[in-house]
Amino acid sequence: MTVTSQAARLAQTSDPLSSVQALIEGLASVGYIASQRIATSLYMAVNLQKPILVEGTAGVGKTELALSTATLLGLPLIRMQCYEGLDESKALYEWKYGKQLLYTQILKDRMGESLADANSMDDAMDRLHGMGDLFFSEPFLEPRPLMKALREDDGCVLLIDEIDKSDEAFEAFLLEVLSAYQVSVPELGVVKAKTPPLVFLTSNNVRDLGDALKRRCLHLHIPLPDASLEERIVASRVPGIEAALVKQLVSFVQSLRTIDLRKAPSISETVDWARALILLNAGSLEPEMVRDTLNVILKFEQDIAAVEPQIGELMRKPANAG
Amino acid sequence: MQRSLEEFIRALRAADVRVSPVEAIDAHRAVASVGFADRTLLKDALCATLAKSADEVDRFDSTFEMFFKRDNFMSAPQPEGREGGGEHSDQLPEEVQGSPLAQMLLLGDAAGLAAAMEEAAQRANVNEIRLSTQRSRMTRRLLDEMGLAEIERIISAAKRLQTEQGDGLAKRLEERRKGLMAEATRFVERQHELYAAGSGQKMREELLARKALNSEGGIDPVDQMMMQALVKKMAKRLADRYSRRRNRAKKGHLDVRRTLRRSMGYGGVPFEIVWKREKIEKPSIVAICDVSKSVAAAAQFLLTFLYSLNEVVDRLDSYAFSGRLVPVDDILNDYGVDGAILEVLKRIGFQQTDYGKSLEDFCDNHLDRLDRHTTVIFLGDGRSNFADPRLDLMHTIQQRVRSVIWLNPEPEAYWGQGDSVMHRYERFCHVAKTCNTLADLERIIEDVLRTYVPH
Repeated sequence: MTVTSQAARLAQTSDPLSSVQALIEGLASVGYIASQRIATSLYMAVNLQKPILVEGTAGVGKTELALSTATLLGLPLIRMQCYEGLDESKALYEWKYGKQLLYTQILKDRMGESLADANSMDDAMDRLHGMGDLFFSEPFLEPRPLMKALREDDGCVLLIDEIDKSDEAFEAFLLEVLSAYQVSVPELGVVKAKTPPLVFLTSNNVRDLGDALKRRCLHLHIPLPDASLEERIVASRVPGIEAALVKQLVSFVQSLRTIDLRKAPSISETVDWARALILLNAGSLEPEMVRDTLNVILKFEQDIAAVEPQIGELMRKPANAG
Repeated sequence: MQRSLEEFIRALRAADVRVSPVEAIDAHRAVASVGFADRTLLKDALCATLAKSADEVDRFDSTFEMFFKRDNFMSAPQPEGREGGGEHSDQLPEEVQGSPLAQMLLLGDAAGLAAAMEEAAQRANVNEIRLSTQRSRMTRRLLDEMGLAEIERIISAAKRLQTEQGDGLAKRLEERRKGLMAEATRFVERQHELYAAGSGQKMREELLARKALNSEGGIDPVDQMMMQALVKKMAKRLADRYSRRRNRAKKGHLDVRRTLRRSMGYGGVPFEIVWKREKIEKPSIVAICDVSKSVAAAAQFLLTFLYSLNEVVDRLDSYAFSGRLVPVDDILNDYGVDGAILEVLKRIGFQQTDYGKSLEDFCDNHLDRLDRHTTVIFLGDGRSNFADPRLDLMHTIQQRVRSVIWLNPEPEAYWGQGDSVMHRYERFCHVAKTCNTLADLERIIEDVLRTYVPH
């Protein structure tokens, strides 16, 4: 048993990837309160080296999960935002046209010199081949997020955000990257990752993703949290907030979610609201205060109009229950 | 455990969670890395590898709970404590020496019995159960495999002895046999639930999709719920496929203007070549639905479909008519599906049909909704109660729009008979079809959408 392997073993005891429980604690230490299911999915993703597809309504912490994981593992985060019309040249690589242009001009100037003493056409052609084809080569390659992620030798966290916004063609293109962690560049050949990146894909369910993509990923659906989990999240995200206020606030939001709204508030809204209340120096939840800050948690005029008359009732309800 | 995971995956498939071989392999790898010891951990790990949407997660959860339910097997045999009732292995009567099943029964060895039942179930292929009517036969076969015949032999032999001891043994065994049989019934019940209930549901859905909507008595109220779910699923499926606007590159047509603009960055050298693209329009649909008496049976279903379509297609204008015509967009938007249908029917339903008047209403008030991108879908039987069908207005509509589609719940042989003016309207339609099942409807709507979004 050498010293290095002992050190490695020591490191492993504090390794957040050693068990699901360690992962939960590790994520908590970087400010992400994960449920058992979230942590298990992440654990499986790391162990099986599979991408993980995270679904859930806006603001439940899909992107945040990837960010926190990157912080926890100390890996660089490479983020790619998807949108309609995203194509290979923006996601994978592009040629540096300007430099290629300069290169051809230099080549043109030099060409005459080096070919001047060639005796025959064949000789000139041989020399031309001998100069090497630099035109499509690494120096002229402008890597985009996917390529960057594959070329990170020590691994990285790749976040492909809102994959459902991209086109189906792009989704198909991703398949090679996600299953083999490699891409084919026609001019260069296959680029393969030394250390496969940990890939997160997020989706808001704007459209159904193709089966082929889903098959290649682990699936994680993040639901809206229950009250106790949400309280912990708010407490960890908004340091210095009083426990009583957190309880009031969370139970109010929880009861809001039972009403039929166009967009029910999710975790990020709760956290924003908590921050807003701190800014306003609120010690506890007052109906007046709630009315003034309702626009932080509700994003539609109709929702606000629907909730406003019920504020008093909503605030009493949890109090009665508790 | 390998086998039990395979069976679990089969149960998942029966519950309509689609599991591909690759995912099955993943599941095995997942199990290998987390083990069977921690139940929630196992569940979450399997869930991550096998269930691929929120719906599937729900179905996965319930299947998992049912499959790995280890209910207290055989609560019937009393525990050891009862006045020395549970024999110890050394004092078992010699009659049962040859039969492990009898021994287990007398000892109250629940774990052993459970294992024996699993094994017997494999031999008897209980998990290949398909129909609920097979349950009693399967139970019988399962018990035979476990060696029930032997127990019966022992019991009758013990009774023949006519000693106190023999009677006691027979009585105990009989009592426990009853427990065992109840347990077997439950076991088969669960297998049926796991492997066959889903396929039964699927079969009913398929039948329903093909059922004629204007058949005698309409749709069975029992099926109404399933029908609505089915219509919703169908509309969602269609929308998923077609609602997004897409570009399609026109191959080989150079977009000179944009190529020149891009080339400015490279000193006028056209490095990046831009091809022309054509935009594919989103479908714009005007649906006009007959809700009069003659199509009463179908009207409800047509409205359900209209409702679902309204949720998923952005540009859908819907109108309903019988005597007069009214726009129903607001109603569809404001009410839930049942409420909306009732409200529409309450407002204008079940009056005397008047196609001419309704067309007039439409042309007077809503003609500006039609342009050359619009597809108009009529849903109705074309029975005008001998009133003027106003073919001129139909012509006006046809002139303005991209296509007119008429879906008629009646079979083609009835068109033009009695007060039907279907044949006269048909001349103004690009497509006129009989449509009286859900399956028909899906196919036709899909055709409509496909003309907008090529595949």
